[in-house]
Amino acid sequence: MALKKEHDLHKRRFGRNMGVGLLLGSFVVLVLALTMVKVTSSGFQFPQTQGTQD
Amino acid sequence: MSDASINASTPREDEAGFGDYFALLKPRVMSLVVFTAFVGLMAAPVGVHPVIGFCAVLFIAIGGGASGALNMWWDADIDQVMKRTKARPIPAGKVEAGEALSLGLALSGLSVIMLALATNVFAGAFLAFTIFFYVVVYTMWLKRATPQNIVIGGAAGAFPPVIGWIAATGTMSVEPWLMFALTFMWTPPHFWALALFMRSDYDDAGVPMLTVTHGRRATRVHILVYTVLLAILAVGTAFSGIGGPIYLAVASVMNGLFLLGAWKIFRRNEDDSEVDDFKAERSFFKLSLLYLFLHFGAILVEASLKPYGLGGW
Repeated sequence: MALKKEHDLHKRRFGRNMGVGLLLGSFVVLVLALTMVKVTSSGFQFPQTQGTQD
Repeated sequence: MSDASINASTPREDEAGFGDYFALLKPRVMSLVVFTAFVGLMAAPVGVHPVIGFCAVLFIAIGGGASGALNMWWDADIDQVMKRTKARPIPAGKVEAGEALSLGLALSGLSVIMLALATNVFAGAFLAFTIFFYVVVYTMWLKRATPQNIVIGGAAGAFPPVIGWIAATGTMSVEPWLMFALTFMWTPPHFWALALFMRSDYDDAGVPMLTVTHGRRATRVHILVYTVLLAILAVGTAFSGIGGPIYLAVASVMNGLFLLGAWKIFRRNEDDSEVDDFKAERSFFKLSLLYLFLHFGAILVEASLKPYGLGGW
């Protein structure tokens, strides 16, 4: 199958890659926002580490 | 380079686009999951931070989508036989069955872990159970084994408001189970009406739908019986913690219309239905979509008014 320079396949792949990229970017932003909310909530406590136990 | 290696590296012209992978998640079912889970979350008597609430609904929806992808992976053989499903990405040849399996498993794991982290472990575990129930108990085991498949499958679709409630409260109570029961009892008449006018689909696929195993007359009787039981439950819910006068008004009107629709279907025979191309069955099916949306919408309105001292009794 001969592919033209701008084949429909390229567009489809670009759309797919763009979609995955945007989803991953959104996921990072979402996890960041969730972390901020959890850390700044009133009931938040830092987990005990070896150093703080001593 | 051999011809074989050229062929192996040649891309397929009908390669799947992003939308084809999204279609594996059954977006229309997902929209129902999003809405009912959101209502479950909002109806809970505990305030939830908007970001946590958004994450909860999103991950419940992704879990529902993952179940859809796993369902399409398992059911690829019957999907290509049925008119209603043969345009789905796997039977259409756009996505490999293995890709659907991988996507479903990956999203299942992601959604369960993220829901547990964002809200609580109980909600995550319940989402995992829901995915298991839909994929293993319904899709793999009972869908092709019993004519009560729709009743059992309805349970899987009814869990999201319960998960939403647990995500907010971390505990269980009667109210989310009333929302569960509403969707659970609504599913059979909704799908049996569809089975009446999508006539040959289930026969061709060999799925033991009630219309195939017990006949179309028995299906009409079942629709009426389930609708009567649903109406009692739906109106009774008005007097629970999630109900109120607005819900009661909506439930009274909608259940009146729904009962009327079920009665019409019960009174008709196949000849009547053939004449007008299943008009009554089609309008009952359409009404059923509005029915569920308005009931959950009314629960949402009651819950939203409560902070202002207006919702509920």
